[in-house]
Amino acid sequence: MKTLVSAATLALSMGVSGLAFAEPVKIGMITTLSGGGAGLGIDTRDGFMLAIKQAGNSEIEVITEDDGQKPELAVQIADKMIQSDQVDILTGIVWSNLLMAVAPSAVAQGKFYVSTNAAPAALAGENCNPLYFNAAYQNDNLHEAMGEYANKDYKKMFIMAPNYPAGKDSLTGFKRFYKGEVASEVYTQVGQTDYAAEIAQIRASGADGVFVFLPGGMGIAFMKQYAQSGVDTPIMGPGFSFSQDVLPAIGDAALGAKASGQWAPDFDTEVSKKFLADFQAEYGRLPSIYAVQAYDAAQLIISAAAKADVKDTEAFRAELLKADIQSPRGDFKFNTNQHPIQDIYLTEVVKGSDGVLTNKTVEKIFDDHEDAYAKDCKM
Amino acid sequence: MTLALALEQLLNGLQLGVMLFLMAAGLTLIFGVMGLINLAHGSLYMVGAFACAAVAAATGSFWLGLVASLACAAAAGAIVELLVIRRLYDRDHLDQVLATFALILMFSEGTRWLFGSFPLYLDIPPLLQGAVALPGGAQYPVYRLAIIAAGALVAFGLYLLIGKTRLGMRIRAGESDREMIGALGVDIRTLYTVVFALGAALAGLAGAMVGALQSVQVGMGEPVLILAFVVIVIGGIGSIKGALLGALLVGVVDTMGRFLLPQMLALFVPPSQAGLIGGAAASMLIYVMMAIILAMKPRGLFPAAHA
Amino acid sequence: MLNRETIANLVLAALLLAVPLAANAFGQPFYVTLATRVAILALAAAGLNLALGLGGLVSFGHAAFFGLGGYAAGILATHAFSGDPLLFGWTGTNQMPVIWLVAMLVAGLVGLFIGLISLRTSGVYFIMITLAFAQMVYYFAISWPAYGGEDGLSILVRNQFPGVNTMKPVSFFLICYGVLITALAFFVLVRASRFGSALQAARQNEVRVATVGIAPYRIRLTAFAVSAAITGLAGALFADLNRFVSPSMLSWHMSGELIVLIILGGTGRLFGPLAGAALFVVFEYVLGGLTERWQFFLGLILLGTVLFARGGLLGLLAGKARHG
Repeated sequence: MKTLVSAATLALSMGVSGLAFAEPVKIGMITTLSGGGAGLGIDTRDGFMLAIKQAGNSEIEVITEDDGQKPELAVQIADKMIQSDQVDILTGIVWSNLLMAVAPSAVAQGKFYVSTNAAPAALAGENCNPLYFNAAYQNDNLHEAMGEYANKDYKKMFIMAPNYPAGKDSLTGFKRFYKGEVASEVYTQVGQTDYAAEIAQIRASGADGVFVFLPGGMGIAFMKQYAQSGVDTPIMGPGFSFSQDVLPAIGDAALGAKASGQWAPDFDTEVSKKFLADFQAEYGRLPSIYAVQAYDAAQLIISAAAKADVKDTEAFRAELLKADIQSPRGDFKFNTNQHPIQDIYLTEVVKGSDGVLTNKTVEKIFDDHEDAYAKDCKM
Repeated sequence: MTLALALEQLLNGLQLGVMLFLMAAGLTLIFGVMGLINLAHGSLYMVGAFACAAVAAATGSFWLGLVASLACAAAAGAIVELLVIRRLYDRDHLDQVLATFALILMFSEGTRWLFGSFPLYLDIPPLLQGAVALPGGAQYPVYRLAIIAAGALVAFGLYLLIGKTRLGMRIRAGESDREMIGALGVDIRTLYTVVFALGAALAGLAGAMVGALQSVQVGMGEPVLILAFVVIVIGGIGSIKGALLGALLVGVVDTMGRFLLPQMLALFVPPSQAGLIGGAAASMLIYVMMAIILAMKPRGLFPAAHA
Repeated sequence: MLNRETIANLVLAALLLAVPLAANAFGQPFYVTLATRVAILALAAAGLNLALGLGGLVSFGHAAFFGLGGYAAGILATHAFSGDPLLFGWTGTNQMPVIWLVAMLVAGLVGLFIGLISLRTSGVYFIMITLAFAQMVYYFAISWPAYGGEDGLSILVRNQFPGVNTMKPVSFFLICYGVLITALAFFVLVRASRFGSALQAARQNEVRVATVGIAPYRIRLTAFAVSAAITGLAGALFADLNRFVSPSMLSWHMSGELIVLIILGGTGRLFGPLAGAALFVVFEYVLGGLTERWQFFLGLILLGTVLFARGGLLGLLAGKARHG
C-alpha cells in the first residue's frame, strides 16, 4: 500500500493525473549505443530511462537494443521487437535515415512510434501518420530560428552543411527565415574531417556571419580548425552543433558561438532544475538536449498510459496528443501533425564557474514556433 | 578568386597530402617488405590519437602526448604483429583482408571500452596556436604549416633510413628477395616486427597530429585508411616515392576539387544546385582519378621492382 | 555415393528450410525474418563466390552491386507507387520478377563496366580498384537527392509476386529460398561447365590457360559481370525484406561483410556462402542480445576463423575441399 501511495505521489508530482496504469505497456527502444554516434544514443537512453525510473511503475517495460547506426540493423531489430517481443511502442532512433527505415513500416503495422530526435520533413507533412509522434522538434526548426536571429545583425551570411538530406533541409530552413544576402552556400562531404578548403572560402567570401550545421565529429573538427585559422567572422548554428556531447571535445574553440535550442542547462524553472539535478545525480554528467527530448518522450508515454489502454489505439493517441507533461523545456504542446509547438531560444557557449563549457540562454527567438509542414498534414 | 586564396588552398592540399603520406608510407612499407595488406592501419592511427589525447589531458603537455602516441602505436603494432599478423604472411590476400577487417572491429570496440563513447579533447600546443600572414594578405594556421614541416621531415628521415642505414639495407633486401636475406642470416622475424612497428608509429604520429585538428573519436581512422589505400595504389604499392607523390597528388586534387568544382558549375547552373552537384562530384573525384590512372598504368605510377 | 560435403550441404539446405517453417508454426515470425536475411545474404555471397571462389577475383566492391540491385527495386517500386514516369513513360513496377530482371541487368552492366577497367589489374590493385569504384557509387548515392540520398528510400508496401502474398513472412522467405537454391544450382552448372573449368584454370595458372588459346581476361570479365548480377538480385530481395534501401548497402563495410560470409563458410565451396551467412546472422543476433560490445567479440571470432579454422565452417564439417 505504501509503495502504491508513493508511486501515486510521484506520478502526481510529474503532472500525471491518473493513479494506476490501465494496461501494461511494452516499449522497444532502438538507439545507437556503438560506433561513432554512440554518445547521442547513450544520452537518449539515459534521459528516457530517468523518466521511467522516476515513474517507478513495474507495468512499463523497456527493451533497449543497439542499432550501431546501421539502417538494416535497425530494421531487423524493429522486426524482432514487433514480431517477437510484441512491443506496443517504438522509440529512441537518433538519425533521420534510420527513422525513415523503421517508422513508416512500424506505424503501418499498427505500432506507435514516438521519436526522441530524428524528425524528417517527409513524416511531418503530407505523409504524417496518426501513430507517429515527435517529442523533439521538426528537423528544420532550429535552423529556421537561426535564420530569424541572423536577420538582426547580419547582412551577408556564409552557410554550410553536409551534402545529405538533413543538410539540405537545414539550409532550406535557414533561408526560409533569413532575409539578407547569402554570400555562399556550401555543401561538404558527409563525414568530412578537414575543413581547410571551406575556411579559406569563408575568409574570401566577405560574409559577416557564418552558419554551419555539422553534427557530431564533423562539427568538432570544423570548430577546432576555425579557431586556428585567424578568421574571426562570428559562427552560429543549430543547437546540436554545440550540444553537451560535443562541447568538451571542441574545447575553448567553441566559446562565444551562438546556437538555437529548445532547452539549455541554465533554464530557470523548477522542472528544468530538478531534471538537471536528477540527471547529474543518476549519471554524473550534464545532460544534452537529446537526453531532454528522450525524457519528454518517456513522460508523454507514461502520461498517456496512465489514462488509456495502449491497445486502444484511438484513446491512447488522444491522450498522447494532450501532451499532459511538465517538460524541462517549458511550454510544450502538439501541433496537428503531432510535432511540437514550442519556444526556441538563442544560446551562447560560455564557460561555467567550474570551468565546464555549457550553453547559456541569451534570448527567446521564437514563441510557440510551428513547423512549415503542418499545413500539409491532413489527419 | 584571388591569388591568395589559390595559394591557401594549395597549402591545404599539401597539408592533407603530407598527412596521407604518413599513413601511406607505413602501409606501403608493410606491403613492400612483408606482402601484407593491413586494413587495421587506420586503427593504429586511432590508437595514436587516443594515446596523445589521454596523455595530453593527464599531463597537460601535447608534446608528451605526441611521444606517447608514437610509443603506444608502435607497441600496439608490435603486439598485433606478434600475435596475429605474423601468421598471415604466407596466406593469400583474402585471408589478410578478413583478419585485419576483424582487427578493425576489435580495435574500435576495444577503444570505446576503454575511453567511452564521447569524443576526446585534444588541443593544439600553445607554441603552434594562431595564424601567420601569407604573401597576398591571407592568414594561414601555424599548426598546419607545422604538419607540413613534420611530414617533410619524416619523408626525409625515411629516405635516410632506407637508403643509408643497415636496417634500411635489410628492408630493401626484404623487398627484393625474401628468401635471400633469411639465408644471409638476418633475423627476418625481428625485421618484420620492427618494420610493422615503424609503420604503426608513423600512423600513430599522423593520428596524434591530426587529432588536434579534428575530433578524436572511434572510427576516425577509416576514412583516412581508404584514402591512404587510394594513395598507395596510385603511387605503386611498395614504393615510398610513389606513396609521397601519390599522397601529394590526392591531397591537392581533393582539396582543389572541392574548392573549384562548385565554382565551375556555378557558371552553368544556379548556385545552390552547383553547390550540391559540385559537392557530390568533388567527393567522387579522387576515385575517378584512381580509376583512370589504374586503367592506364595498372600497377600505379611508380611500380615497385617486384610484386 | 554421398561424400561428407554433400551431406553437410543437404543438411544445411534442409535446416534453412525447416527452422523458419517450424518457427512459423510455433508463432515466432521473427525467426522467419532472420532466416530470410540468411537466405538473401547467402545469395549475395554466392554471387561474389563465383568471382572470388572460382575465379580468384577478390572483389572488395561487391557492395556496389548489392546496393544497385536494392536501389533498382526501391526506385521501381517508388515510381509504381507514385505513378511518376521513370523512363520513356514507364512508371516502374511492383512485380518482383520484373524488378529482379532490372536489378540483375543494372548490376550486371555496371559490373561489366567496372570489370572492363578493373580486370586490367590484379592482386592488391584489383582489390583496391574495386573498392574505389564502390566508393564512387556510394558517394554518388549519398549526394544524389532524387531518391533520398543519405536518408535512403522507403518502400511502403512490399513488392508483389504473382500468386503469393509477399507480406506474409513465410511466403517471402520461400521466395528467397527458391531464388537461393536456383542460384546455387546455377553455380554447380557453371563450375562443371567448360567455362567454369577455364575460369578456375585461369586462377591457378594464367599462362597455361593463355597458351591453350583461351583469353583469361574475357572469361574473368564474364564471370565478374554474372557475379555482379547475382549479387544485384540479392540486393533487390534485401530491399524488399527491409522495405528500405540506403547508401549503407553500398558501403565498404558491406563489401567486407560479403567477403567475411564466404570465408566463414568456406572459400570456393558451393554452400560456403550459406554456411557463412547463417553463422554470421546467428552471431550478430546472439551476441547483440548478450552485450553492447558484440562487435568486439564478432571480430574475435572472425579472427579465430581465419587463423585457426582455415576452410571455414564447411572445412570443419566436411574436411578439406576437393579442389583448391
